[in-house]
Amino acid sequence: MSPYFSTSYGNASSLHAFGREARRAVEESRGAVAELLGVRAEEIVFTSGATEANNLAIVGLASSANERKHIITTAIEHDAVLHTAEWLQSQGLEVTVLGVDARGRVDPEDVRKEIRPDTLLVSIMTGNNEIGTLQPIEEIARICREHGVLVHSDAVQALGKIPLPVDAVDLLSISAHKFHGPKGVGFLFVRNGVKLTPQLRGGGHERGRRSGTENVPGIVGLAAAAELALREQDVTSARMRVMRERMIAEVKRLPGTRLNGHPEESLPHIANFSFEAIEGESLVMRLDEHGIATSTGSACSSPNLKPSHVLVAIGVPLSMAHGSLRISTGRETTEQEIDTFLRVLPQVVEELRLISPFKVGG
Amino acid sequence: MYTERVIEHFRNPHNMGKLEDYSAIGKVGNMVCGDVMWLYIKVEQDDEGRDIITDISWETFGCTAAIATSSMVSDLAKGKALDEAIALTNRDVADELGGLPPVKMHCSALAADALNEAIYSYLLQEQKEIPEALRKRHDRIAREVAELESRYAAFAGKAQE
Repeated sequence: MSPYFSTSYGNASSLHAFGREARRAVEESRGAVAELLGVRAEEIVFTSGATEANNLAIVGLASSANERKHIITTAIEHDAVLHTAEWLQSQGLEVTVLGVDARGRVDPEDVRKEIRPDTLLVSIMTGNNEIGTLQPIEEIARICREHGVLVHSDAVQALGKIPLPVDAVDLLSISAHKFHGPKGVGFLFVRNGVKLTPQLRGGGHERGRRSGTENVPGIVGLAAAAELALREQDVTSARMRVMRERMIAEVKRLPGTRLNGHPEESLPHIANFSFEAIEGESLVMRLDEHGIATSTGSACSSPNLKPSHVLVAIGVPLSMAHGSLRISTGRETTEQEIDTFLRVLPQVVEELRLISPFKVGG
Repeated sequence: MYTERVIEHFRNPHNMGKLEDYSAIGKVGNMVCGDVMWLYIKVEQDDEGRDIITDISWETFGCTAAIATSSMVSDLAKGKALDEAIALTNRDVADELGGLPPVKMHCSALAADALNEAIYSYLLQEQKEIPEALRKRHDRIAREVAELESRYAAFAGKAQE
């Protein structure tokens, strides 16, 4: 992507040779991404990332003239979907937010029950970013299809980890930085025939669906990163799965812990645990001192001092939600790093429990 | 986001753990909001008969700031006469740590409240006179706990279904 910051700086909309060079780069990237996904080039709409792709999918569909005014989504979606659905609700649409089971799965039969004659869209993420749980997208999509309901899936966690459910859904959001691509670029897959009202109006870029000068280096970088990620997907995800299973087995041996999420139906790179009697932000900070970067769904770590809505949705007791820890592995995470984590973790858990007023099992 | 002093106290907290022969304990915070602090004080009389906090310790469930403020308030109160310790405020605790992020200021309030409650509990059990300011703060703390519990009741119930 580097040349497109300097020597090949043309605007893809310009007629001159520099512009044509940039246009070629954008369209080649679009073609490459489409081929990787097994879809048509015109079904790829480049955006600034998945937040924009989610907004374009949901609001773009909802604002297309249609008598269908009901949307179904789930309680564990990313805020980019949940807050968008909430906003549509404030604009007069009806929104049903489905609950999930204790492992974070949506029951496809719940989707069937909530579908009404005026249901427009079901938006369900492919795999959860906090707890890793995979959704039965294919089954849900089949039910939706029977009723003429469109399906959108936020699949940002999936590319490079598991096969994308692109055959099952009508709209799918992707963000490049989730697979080592550049930040600030992503795309929305829009199945041919699905009409969206653009959320950015202007020069009519991206076939009128998303105006704004293309982020040429970002798009080129996205395509290159996607190719690498998909080429190595099987090997990478198998390795991640082994690491995840190892972490689950080892953490389970510590007293007062729980796995948040699904033991099997999960993204391979995300593991989420809770530790009794300790608070997650302290745990993250202690691990950070050992060079281990993790995150937590604890209220203390969030600006609004509320625990993660995902952990609340799967029924994690508040005390355990405060003591949650998310570990994400990447393509370059090594077994040695997992060794270090598993050696350090029991120490810091012990240290923090020593100064806690609560006792494990008490 | 945290100052060096905060990180230092978080990394090597002072006076942590449970005091075996404590005179009184101050329990503040709530699991619902994610910070709980128990502060133990040992009070002994000096030659002039003044009540002195001769030893102090704490147990805290909470974030980096909660642990650092627990450590700091214990340092500030240790060796002080009760009437001096009563005058310590959450601002003192935060200032000594070089400041706290705005969203974490409530942690320093929790630490000052824990000290207040420990002293209140001591004076009550010894049937000594409770200064007006201390009693007022105690009433305020009790009211806040009740408010918090009612505000989060629905939320807590939902999470525990």
